[in-house]
Amino acid sequence: MAKRSAPEVNAGSMADIAFLLLIFFLVTTTIEKDSGINRKLPPMEEIDPPIIKQKNIFTVLLNGRDQLLVEDELMEIAYLRAAAVEFLDNNGDKSCDYCQGKKDPSSSDNPDKAIISLKNERETSYAAYISVQNELVAAYNVLRNRRALELGPSKGFRDMNFVEMQKNHKDARFIGNKEKLKAVIDQIKLEFPQKLSEVQ
Amino acid sequence: MSKFKKKKDGGLPAISTASLPDIVFMLLFFFMVATVMRENSLKIQNSLPVANQVEKLDKKNPVSYIYMGKPSSGYEKFGSEARIQLNDQFASLTDVSAFISSERAALREELIPFLTVALKVDREANMGIVGDVKQELRKVNALKINYTTGVGDVSTNMK
Repeated sequence: MAKRSAPEVNAGSMADIAFLLLIFFLVTTTIEKDSGINRKLPPMEEIDPPIIKQKNIFTVLLNGRDQLLVEDELMEIAYLRAAAVEFLDNNGDKSCDYCQGKKDPSSSDNPDKAIISLKNERETSYAAYISVQNELVAAYNVLRNRRALELGPSKGFRDMNFVEMQKNHKDARFIGNKEKLKAVIDQIKLEFPQKLSEVQ
Repeated sequence: MSKFKKKKDGGLPAISTASLPDIVFMLLFFFMVATVMRENSLKIQNSLPVANQVEKLDKKNPVSYIYMGKPSSGYEKFGSEARIQLNDQFASLTDVSAFISSERAALREELIPFLTVALKVDREANMGIVGDVKQELRKVNALKINYTTGVGDVSTNMK
């Protein structure tokens, strides 16, 4: 018997099979969203709330019809960020040397004392609530970014705002001194603490 | 002259499709690697609101998901108000604490304080139910939460 070589398998339908698999994966998978606004809830055990001066509280009220009342005045969400920044940055008692606010004695004393109080009703829509949360976080980020750009060059992190600092700190590929970066982040967090209280 | 004529007689050559499987496989592998299978099949509407001050959810730490929204079509018998979904089924408010303790039981002990609860809430849901769930989470001391949102301009949230 003459030795015959094995016949070649026809690979013409390979593309069809691969297409079938591809379409299956396209249809069945969804890319899950994994980004969001991180919050920390207050613990349950109630300690007596400290007495806070009225001028240090920035009240934001969101009613059942998604209308926004800021410091007893009706406001559009688009203006909330600027109003919150102005309140936090006010520096009424002139103890905050990195603030650039108006030093209005009738507004907040310093960023450490300033508290944003957010109240919503049961009928408030979640979309409106998230929008307000987003704007308030944005207000803190505006101030922290500004501070990071001031503070960065002296610590060796030039042209990096606060959000980028946090991102770099999490990034494994970041080249640079992470411990120093962490110290800067912590300092900024301490200078502009996020004091956001939610009324139940 | 005959030399030049020879070339013309074949007509248009067929394009080789031999590399087509390779191209398709490449796409297939991309989708297989880049996509995550859904953990839970949703029985509720869940179109998330968008925000632009978002942080990435840290997957190194354990995450539990709580879904809230209006029952989707096919589940109208559960009403038209926003409901809670835990794992694969509708749940009531009192199930939240049991859910959290079962999630914790599945974790290694040192990871328990890092458990993050991701709230995936439909944009049309009311804050009432969200507030109730937050209250329940406070009761069981699960304080790290994350409002999962898409990335985008907040002005598109309310229409």
